[in-house]
Amino acid sequence: MEKTSFLKRPGVQTLLASILCAVLGILIGYVILLCMNADHAGEGMKAILTNFFKFRMASHTTLMKYMGSFIVKSVPLILCAEAILFAYKAGLFNIGVAGQYTVGIIACIYTSLALKWSWILCILAAIVAGAVWGLLAGLFKALFNVNEVIAGIMLNWIGLYICNIIIGLPSCMNVSKSETYDIKDKNPSGLLPGFMKEFFGGNDYMTIAIPITIIVAIIILIVLNKTTFGYELKATGHNRDAAKYAGMNAKRNIILTLVISGAISGMAAGLYYLTGVERYVISSSVPGMGFSGIAVAFLGGLHPIGAIISGLFVEYISLGGQYLNTNYYNPQVADLMVSIIIYLCGFVLFFKTILNKPGKVKVKASTEPDDTAKKAEEKEV
Amino acid sequence: MEDYVIEMLHITKEFPGIIANDDITLQLKRGEIHALLGENGAGKSTLMSVLFGLYTPEKGVIKKDGKEVKINNPNDATDLGIGMVHQHFMLVDIFSVLDNIILGSEPSKFGVLTKKEAREKVLALSDKYNLKVDPDALIEDITVGMQQRVEILKMLYRDNDILIFDEPTAVLTPQEIDELMKIMKELAAEGKSILFITHKLNEIMQVADRCSILRKGKYIGTVEVANTSKEELSSMMVGRKVNFAVEKEEANPGDEVLKVENVCVKSKLHSKDAVHDVSFDVRAGEIVCIAGIDGNGQTEFVGALTGLDDISDGKITLCGQDITKKSIRYKNTHGMSHVPEDRHKHGLVLDYTLEENMILQRYFEPAFQRHGMLRKGEMRKYSDKLSEAFDVRSGQGAKTKARSMSGGNQQKAIVAREMDRNHELLVAVQPTRGLDVGAIEYIHKEIVKERDNGKAILLVSLELDEVMNLSDRILVMYEGEIVGEVDPKKTTLQELGLYMSGAKRDTGKEA
Repeated sequence: MEKTSFLKRPGVQTLLASILCAVLGILIGYVILLCMNADHAGEGMKAILTNFFKFRMASHTTLMKYMGSFIVKSVPLILCAEAILFAYKAGLFNIGVAGQYTVGIIACIYTSLALKWSWILCILAAIVAGAVWGLLAGLFKALFNVNEVIAGIMLNWIGLYICNIIIGLPSCMNVSKSETYDIKDKNPSGLLPGFMKEFFGGNDYMTIAIPITIIVAIIILIVLNKTTFGYELKATGHNRDAAKYAGMNAKRNIILTLVISGAISGMAAGLYYLTGVERYVISSSVPGMGFSGIAVAFLGGLHPIGAIISGLFVEYISLGGQYLNTNYYNPQVADLMVSIIIYLCGFVLFFKTILNKPGKVKVKASTEPDDTAKKAEEKEV
Repeated sequence: MEDYVIEMLHITKEFPGIIANDDITLQLKRGEIHALLGENGAGKSTLMSVLFGLYTPEKGVIKKDGKEVKINNPNDATDLGIGMVHQHFMLVDIFSVLDNIILGSEPSKFGVLTKKEAREKVLALSDKYNLKVDPDALIEDITVGMQQRVEILKMLYRDNDILIFDEPTAVLTPQEIDELMKIMKELAAEGKSILFITHKLNEIMQVADRCSILRKGKYIGTVEVANTSKEELSSMMVGRKVNFAVEKEEANPGDEVLKVENVCVKSKLHSKDAVHDVSFDVRAGEIVCIAGIDGNGQTEFVGALTGLDDISDGKITLCGQDITKKSIRYKNTHGMSHVPEDRHKHGLVLDYTLEENMILQRYFEPAFQRHGMLRKGEMRKYSDKLSEAFDVRSGQGAKTKARSMSGGNQQKAIVAREMDRNHELLVAVQPTRGLDVGAIEYIHKEIVKERDNGKAILLVSLELDEVMNLSDRILVMYEGEIVGEVDPKKTTLQELGLYMSGAKRDTGKEA
């Protein structure tokens, strides 16, 4: 039996790589603040990191209320990440999550505001809409071998324009404010039931979306690791030829994976918009949630529970940007920093490879990088 | 004082957890053919990579003409006149022969290629060493033997005088091998020094002057080939006596298990059929082998048989049941086992653990799942049972990642899985590819045991020794057709070679 040292364990390495990315992202963010206004960089960084905790001075209730909103806003990000990692495990890069999320928005807002359905039906509508969007990409991939990335991107835009048309209807859009009506005003039955509202300082947006998100993550974890379905999906993801050799139905699995991934994305939209915290604004670009989800999924080490943690982190930093003093910094700086951190999240795999290099401790400074890469290759063979 | 052109003295190269080369000394005389013999993983490739500048050794020195040299990258090696023919040719398929030869040292004037001189030089060289090539033919259109000649010309064009041949005969027919041997001798006679990496003893006996043997990263010794025997070489290589002949009783064929009728498979590359009108049968208790040079339709035929590829015409019957259009899953569960040609591409999910790979085609059976949930305990037990029965060794037992297992153990795992599954027919494609003598011996024994248990076995192999030793009947495939059926006891390697190269075919054979 070969003993694996603690640091060499894959789980630990993923965690280390993710933390490294996060820390590096924050550092680069700090450097940017320094460049823009050196005198206030420390203070700006502090504002971002302290975030809503600055309300602890005000009162416990306020703090909890802000923390509640933070959690509520993390939900769609986390679910989009779950959708992406689920497909990724099956070897599919579902960049169409953004579009599936968008059609989820249409479905839940339209059914809620225009049709006045109750929340449970609205959520189902969002899930179905996302699933159908996933199904389309899946059918293209399985039947015509159209790359899921291409199909996904196209469907993202189609979804967006359909969204703008449908949500732009007077029954949904409050033209005077150029955003959708509050569900609270139009259709109170369309709002999700509350969850631990009192604990979070009476935050009205705290709903069952939060426990559902955690349950979904756990279900994905179980499906991927404990079931024959997950076994098939991962086999297909790791080695499509071997999966075919083993008699697995690749086409069915591709379609099913994208349908499920789409359903989770649609659910993400439903569980966000039906809390009433956000109103849709007609936009000329696809909502970024699905794309940020990619970074969150990777930062979370492509692990369903990891995605919850990384989702909270990314949302925390985004939120932190709002606390920057706009006297010294352009408000867009916050977005820039978040983008950089998200960008660095993509490097998790890269850092993991570095950490993973065999004999890293022994490699002398003189050894060429080329050489170590060769070794890694040889190790694999 | 001997005239050594290259000396590698006390070379030690370590990788994490393994010493690939442990104090190895290799001295190459000018104008000799020096064979480097060893099993897989003995450290031959590592040693050559050190010589070629791909690895830097921890210890040891390399001397050229008695002077110490540092080889830090392949360019240094080229500058010292060291050239290598890789096992897998490094040629650009859609370039012409000439372009491939000059690639990397293109003659040019003001950035414009000047191919005329290059062409003359190549033609002169090909005349001198009797290396016949057409400089304008595209690589993809010429035979493997000719591609190899291009590789050799490439080294000569660069004026290399130390030539490394890495298992050059693996892809050649017996006739082509003879020709290569002749060329190697001529090159040596011209004063070139040749390092010849192989594990085929016959070839060493035939051409080499001296032979150095490595075993498990250690230097075992260097012998004069004239003073040694195949038996001595093999026991030096493996460390024990090896039984070359496969021991087996006379076959006792029973009922027909597999019947293949007029099978055609469309080629993915050109408009001709990759497999054309192939018919034969395999009966219980016999080993039928499809022999042939790589790329003559064997892969496509097996693809069609097992369901990995589409079949365009014909009929396949397994145990009396038409399975032509059945799914892979159906074939898997109705009597077909398949040891695939490419164990990394098809045979294993490398990122899965051993236990997960062991149930690759059976995970859905009640033995391994209940209500869609995998029964991990059963998987573990089953994997341990198979590993024990088939001597599959792995670092961390059932939960070892397949990727980190050695090639031999990966192959054993596949063989174990396929043999344990319920089956009547075993399709084994190159079951011993890339394995060392010990593992080959083991797998051959298992296959014979299978046969004696009344299973039908269809073997597809490029190794002629394997074909001759193991099979009860040999079918030769050439350009997608079965061109002959021979009895291994009544044929010779030469006759087989003629069939394989298309020079001979059974005319009276029914379609």
